[in-house]
Amino acid sequence: MILDWTTFLLLLSAATPILLAALGETIVERAGVLNLGVEGMMITGALAGFAAAHATGSPAAGFLGGAVAGAALSLIFAALTQYLLTNQVATGLALTLFGLGLTAMFGKPYEGVKAPAMPGGPLGINWVVWLGLALVPVIWLVLNRTRAGLVLRAVGENHDAAHALGYKVRGVRVAAIAIGGALAGLGGAYVSIATVLQWTEGMTAGAGWIALAIVVFAGWSPWGVLAGAWLFGGVTVLQLRLQAAGVAVPVQLLSMAPYLATILVLVVISARQKYARSASGAAPGSLGRTFHATR
Amino acid sequence: MTASDLFQAQGLTKTYPGVRANDDVSFSVRPGEIHALLGENGAGKSTLVKMIYGLVRPDAGRMTLDGRPHAPADPRAARGAGVGMVFQHFSLFDALSVAENIALGMDAPPPRAELSRRIADVSAAYGLPLNPSRRVASLSAGERQRVEIVRCLLGRPRLLIMDEPTSVLTPQEAEILFATLRQLAAQGVAILYISHKLEEIRTHCDRATILRHGRVVGTVTPRDHSARELAAMMVGAEMRVVDRSGRQAGEVVLEVAGLTSAAGLDGTPLREVGFAVRAGEILGIGGVAGNGQEELIAALSGETTGRPGTVRLGGADVSALGPEARRRAGLLAAPEDRLGHAAVPEMSLTENAILTAATRQQLVRGGLIDHAAARRFAERVIAEFDVRTPGPGTAAGALSGGNLQKYVIGREILQEPRALVVNQPTWGVDASAAAAIRQALLDLAARGAAVVVISQDLDELLELSDRFAALNEGRLSAPVPTEGLTVEQIGLMLGGAHGMEVAHVAA
Repeated sequence: MILDWTTFLLLLSAATPILLAALGETIVERAGVLNLGVEGMMITGALAGFAAAHATGSPAAGFLGGAVAGAALSLIFAALTQYLLTNQVATGLALTLFGLGLTAMFGKPYEGVKAPAMPGGPLGINWVVWLGLALVPVIWLVLNRTRAGLVLRAVGENHDAAHALGYKVRGVRVAAIAIGGALAGLGGAYVSIATVLQWTEGMTAGAGWIALAIVVFAGWSPWGVLAGAWLFGGVTVLQLRLQAAGVAVPVQLLSMAPYLATILVLVVISARQKYARSASGAAPGSLGRTFHATR
Repeated sequence: MTASDLFQAQGLTKTYPGVRANDDVSFSVRPGEIHALLGENGAGKSTLVKMIYGLVRPDAGRMTLDGRPHAPADPRAARGAGVGMVFQHFSLFDALSVAENIALGMDAPPPRAELSRRIADVSAAYGLPLNPSRRVASLSAGERQRVEIVRCLLGRPRLLIMDEPTSVLTPQEAEILFATLRQLAAQGVAILYISHKLEEIRTHCDRATILRHGRVVGTVTPRDHSARELAAMMVGAEMRVVDRSGRQAGEVVLEVAGLTSAAGLDGTPLREVGFAVRAGEILGIGGVAGNGQEELIAALSGETTGRPGTVRLGGADVSALGPEARRRAGLLAAPEDRLGHAAVPEMSLTENAILTAATRQQLVRGGLIDHAAARRFAERVIAEFDVRTPGPGTAAGALSGGNLQKYVIGREILQEPRALVVNQPTWGVDASAAAAIRQALLDLAARGAAVVVISQDLDELLELSDRFAALNEGRLSAPVPTEGLTVEQIGLMLGGAHGMEVAHVAA
């Protein structure tokens, strides 16, 4: 009985943090910014969300706190990369280290504390999971069918041209970074409030990195991100079931499986896309490049 | 200044740190005229039009459009006032569709279906066929420009600015463009036209304002002046006439046969390229960028090696040799991209000299760099090619584009190669420096070297080369003598009628 309704719910739940963070990073990268600080923003959201939920007794306040904290951390990245023109890769890595260190320090008082109970939602699926699922078509629509999405893609594709046409490259990017930070923070808060139900240091365990990988292999498409997140969630649940069933495979290998499987499958998919020479699925033209308006 | 002027600029001044880009610039444009802006690189043309289009704000001076003050805060405001601009570079988005690109250039784009219909209307009215759903990445240079023009026209501009629009077009495509511009002018649109191509301006423009070092030198009627006179006004001195005399074709030095290469990233593979160049001869290879030029110079310089027998120097097979071994044998190359490919920007001129001249000039002794000799060689290049720089210790990246270009070409020429291959030798170089570089190439050939000039500048190729061949989609046409060749004929060669292939299929 591995494929039943409960298993599917577990899959949805396991996929949600990565789905949220990867959707946020999709928006950021479509605007031409490479923020490698997803892991740092997620762990910050996990702690801040847990603290807010604990203080108010309300998981909803916790999720809000996580999103705000993630956005706040991402604005540090925005200030450094968009105004002081620092290198995005180095700044993003620093943001991850900063988030991990910061939460390790401020998280001490929350160790061993229990989270407030999560209310259920329709079909026994909680509201944050629904939100993650709803965001997939919404983000796709906004990116591909609205003026705002077109401008965002234009900025990510060729920032010099967008500037020449009079669009505010920096403003668009700062907004995208903040949204990406909020979604990563929300994803982190989901881990501490809804999945693990407590705070432990480094509890996001590389989910931010998986989210980054999913964005690339999904070809910067929200639907691809959903597939990648479900794949990760599915293998996570599967390996937990296998562990519970006492299969004679070392636990370490099983724990590794979701990461390994996700990356392997996505590599195969993106390699095929490359051979098919499809026009979509290519990286935004200005991704990771510093924009400085000249003359 | 008359009441009938559509646009007027008075006393426009813009200063950047260390440069006065525009100094008290005043001129006017009438409705329905094609008005050229002429000037060397750095004369201030780009800054001037960017002020009109709201990308740059003037420090002093004022503009009027239609009698009303024109001081756009950003391009949106300029578009609102009736100014449109077609850029030379970077204003299209490759990954987006034609319709999306056009929508981005409008302030309040209509819904998709309506936009597609209006694109079709404008396309038909001006003979500019476009498919709104095509991705820009898949369009040719001429089609891309069409997208930019249609984007501007949908905004119904009164003043249309065009920044070097024909530099990427074949002569036939340029003719079509001018037909469109004439039609617009007849409807009363004023066109401000930036170009380096003097003949083009003489043929098509009603008036020309000439800029030199940020100042207006004068406004003239270009038909009344020869290209030489216009150039003299731009430069402020008489142009040197290139001297082609004193050369005799000798033995075949460089021979290429059946050269086929794999495409690089986004590149065009070479297909069975073959030619032979004699001592004392210059072969010109023309073509629109991206038709295999980069691949060809890489294959000749040794950056990519080829199958045995594809590249021969003086009868010896050098196909398998790398760049250093080919230099030793006497085959030198100067690639197009001077920052990053031909020179290391952060290193000094002396160090950059060592990079390609170490072997032939014996700048390395016993494994150690002979700095004194390297410095002397760099100083010789600087002196003989009139490179304006404080000295050989200056970083290459600190030189202006034209000066670095002179240095990069001079560095190869002074090594006295048996065969030299150059790509875009005068790209981005102003008229007087370009003349000096061309003369140096002719002199090198006169001393008995075989020279291959790859260029997109057809006038340059006609001026320099003894024979001309067109590179199109990786195929090289059979070289024909340049003498008597017209620009129209060259245009047809570049357009690429692959008659041979059709014949193969038929047979």
